[in-house]
Amino acid sequence: MKLVTMAAAAALALGVTGAQAEPVKVGLITTLSGGGAGLGIDVRDGFMLAVKQTGNDDLEVVIEDDQRKPDIAVQLADKMVQSEKVDVLTGIIWSNLAMAVVPSVTAQGKFYLSPNAGPSALAGKGCHPNYFNVAWQNDNLHEAAGAYANFEGFKKSFILAPNYPAGKDALTGYKRFYEGDLAGEIYTKLGQTDYAAELAQIRASEADSVFFFLPGGMGISFLKQYKDSGVDLPVVGPAFSFDQGILQAVGDAALGVKNTSQWNKDLDNPTNKAFVESFQAEYGRLPSLYASQGFDTANLLLSAMAKADVKDADAFREALQAGEFASTRGNFKFGPNHHPIQDIYVREVVKEGDVYTNKIIGTALTSHADAYWSDCNM
Amino acid sequence: MSLILLIEQVLNGLQFGIMLFLMAAGLTLIFGVMGLINLAHGSLYMIGAFCAAAVAGLTGSFVLALIAALAGAAIAGALVELVVIRRLYDKDHLDQVLATFALILIFSEGTRWIFGSFPLFLDVPDYLSGPITLPGGIEYPLYRLTLIIVGLLVALGLYLLISKTRLGVQIRAGENDREMIAALGIDIAKLYTIVFALGAALAGLAGALVGAIQSVQVGMGEPVLILAFVVIVIGGIGSIKGALIGAILVGLTDTLGGIFLPEVMKLFFDPSTATSIGSSVASMAIYILMAAILILRPSGLFGARA
Repeated sequence: MKLVTMAAAAALALGVTGAQAEPVKVGLITTLSGGGAGLGIDVRDGFMLAVKQTGNDDLEVVIEDDQRKPDIAVQLADKMVQSEKVDVLTGIIWSNLAMAVVPSVTAQGKFYLSPNAGPSALAGKGCHPNYFNVAWQNDNLHEAAGAYANFEGFKKSFILAPNYPAGKDALTGYKRFYEGDLAGEIYTKLGQTDYAAELAQIRASEADSVFFFLPGGMGISFLKQYKDSGVDLPVVGPAFSFDQGILQAVGDAALGVKNTSQWNKDLDNPTNKAFVESFQAEYGRLPSLYASQGFDTANLLLSAMAKADVKDADAFREALQAGEFASTRGNFKFGPNHHPIQDIYVREVVKEGDVYTNKIIGTALTSHADAYWSDCNM
Repeated sequence: MSLILLIEQVLNGLQFGIMLFLMAAGLTLIFGVMGLINLAHGSLYMIGAFCAAAVAGLTGSFVLALIAALAGAAIAGALVELVVIRRLYDKDHLDQVLATFALILIFSEGTRWIFGSFPLFLDVPDYLSGPITLPGGIEYPLYRLTLIIVGLLVALGLYLLISKTRLGVQIRAGENDREMIAALGIDIAKLYTIVFALGAALAGLAGALVGAIQSVQVGMGEPVLILAFVVIVIGGIGSIKGALIGAILVGLTDTLGGIFLPEVMKLFFDPSTATSIGSSVASMAIYILMAAILILRPSGLFGARA
């Protein structure tokens, strides 16, 4: 592949321009240390696996750790834009960090491809031609959980989420599709680890089901304490509390729980099979949905690079919007606000040998778009 | 809001407070005796939890896991005291904060290096899992009840240690006048190492006990550390009794505030706004408590030094 680079350099020297003429520099800012590191590491590993598999030397990736802090993410983004001169940014996990970074980098003419965070503010009025979300709009998986609750016939759900933008999107999303009544609605502290008080309220509320969105370590704590509390109601939630990275830490407490996701390792398509196999071979663990999102983000970028020069922003944007790459989710399509239109599945936590994992048991929503695209004018 | 729910929440607040006490007791001892601000105390909590998870994974025994947590954290504490902390006693607080902050980063990344970035599994043992029915028909998790009892026993043990033993006399003397007890022929360096290891062991025990119902992951200690500082400021720096009362106050305020403030807000707003505002105010409640106590008693409830 060195040859390609040399050929590209030669083409440049001769003043010839065309597709793949210039290397693309990508800034990947994600959470690699502290409490939320598991998510960022999966996104990075998924992304880098795709980069490695293409062997495309025209892609240079700069990786930085935002420590899950908005101020650090902003500093890193400034550095990437000003001194590293990157063409494309990606990688951010948390919605509050995305809100701090994305509007400013897209305003400076850079492309941002989100492998995870999809705050509602960036899907509706705040949408931008250079912002693409490859994962989902935040509400999506929760909307699917609401639809699934109707299917199960839940009439009185108790719902809880942390008090931050994605937590509010979560409860809004669930309520948008769920048709029953609410037995209670709680916002917990972000990063809270003890849920004894909430569990007592659930027990006293006469609810018939519990919906919760508590990503990462918060979900581990909640599920363990839920099992121990003796509350015995069916639980439904988005995939974030049941991803491959944390299921082993939850153990039996998660078995049988239904959760909603746009991806699972048993999705039956050739790209996904190859992805799961090569991810395991490369890193020695099963991929999570975050890893699949990182992998898809890189492949979307590579597909656009094959069609257009990143310096020609309009052509590159069009190539991204086409979304013509082999996704781990099978078919992949962007809506008019650059957010995916996709199927969302219901998964169940199962034990395969010694490993806790998920299997798909049904489809909650088909070709589902987010609720904000009509507010987006670009 | 029924009486049963109220009692259950009071128990929850008590349990949370008692676990905070285990953290705060070590912190306040170290600050009281050595005048050292130890930001790395949360890392010792994390080390306790990781030692427990590793040993529980290998042996399957929860008791062995707790012993490992105590020993692991105490050894880590003693090593840190000998290698780093010892050089900080005569420095000002800013240097101590800088150095112990560096220790947090070293411990966090070191733990990640050894155990990886994904949370570990540590569960409540079978004989302590599930709820039991208390008199009056209250269902309460047995494990949380055990935490309350263990915490109270540790508090009693600490009280006896400080007030009835020779080591306790030395610790109290060290708080009052460190030059004088050194002049009386007590090996002050050894005393400091022992106190530091004791504080570390308590933090490690708290980490392991709480780790079984929460997630054992890198960075788990820092949120607890902040609360532990609030506790010792409320209780009065250097006072074990203050740490106990302060911890229970903070635990109850935090738990009951989280329940009642959203309910109160519902009188004024629609339910969804009320829960949102109420929970925001509730997360401020302990800091408001701290501010109020500091206005009334600037050196804390049981603080000796003005």
